[in-house]
Amino acid sequence: MIGLSHYLLVGAVLFGLGLFGLLTKRNLIAVLMSIELMLNSVNINLVAFSRYTATDAAAGQVFSLFIIAVAAAEVAVGLALAYAIYRGRDTVSIDDMNWLKW
Amino acid sequence: MESGGLMHTLAFFLLSGITLAAAMGVVFKRNLVQSAFLLSVTFLGVAGLYMTLEAEFMAAVQALVYSGAVAVLVVIGVMLTHREQMSRSNPPNKMLFAGAFAALSVVGVMVWAILATPWKVGKGSVVTAGDIGRRFLTDFAPPFEAVALLLLAALIGAVVLFKGGKAQS
Repeated sequence: MIGLSHYLLVGAVLFGLGLFGLLTKRNLIAVLMSIELMLNSVNINLVAFSRYTATDAAAGQVFSLFIIAVAAAEVAVGLALAYAIYRGRDTVSIDDMNWLKW
Repeated sequence: MESGGLMHTLAFFLLSGITLAAAMGVVFKRNLVQSAFLLSVTFLGVAGLYMTLEAEFMAAVQALVYSGAVAVLVVIGVMLTHREQMSRSNPPNKMLFAGAFAALSVVGVMVWAILATPWKVGKGSVVTAGDIGRRFLTDFAPPFEAVALLLLAALIGAVVLFKGGKAQS
């Protein structure tokens, strides 16, 4: 019998994989891909909650649709930034992006 | 799909297995192009999970926006920016063990919290695309307009950034 906690566990593991990639990747685009994984895991949680526990089920799916829209905007701007940096600095490696000094 | 049936259980384990295996491929593959295509597989697996949650509209949007648009955009980004050999294009950095420790800690805390919480599972309800559309145009109309503005701004911003400041037109 599959219940709410099964979906939440899948979401948690997906979030952990995304977090691992976010912390350990060296390529800027791989970092963006990891962020997309984390956003997806949050969406799984929201839809699972809206299916199993919510009194207002449509609201959960509306939230995840907003998240999808924001994620699409984020990946478009992020890739444009990555390309702009690549054109100017000839690198997409996070380790080389250290020209912001303090 | 009927919740609690054998088919539902099978579909859940199959789809979550595909999703998590593909996500592991995204994170652990050394070749960035393989990671990008596995990202598309992950998105399709999540769309299948939405189907098992009886959220058909969410599944359609996931397949269209993520697997269709975002994954293609990421592949284009990969192919525009790679320089060296593609088979070594996605290396980990020096934080490998610290990152693994941090991610495992977060997952551990979340798994403990999920298993320790007594979830109040109600009878549940199924949402149709019509419900979502009505909510978008009534209660959620202001954030709907705001997100439309955000998408417009992101579109213009992405075009400006791609074009570059000093390009001769």
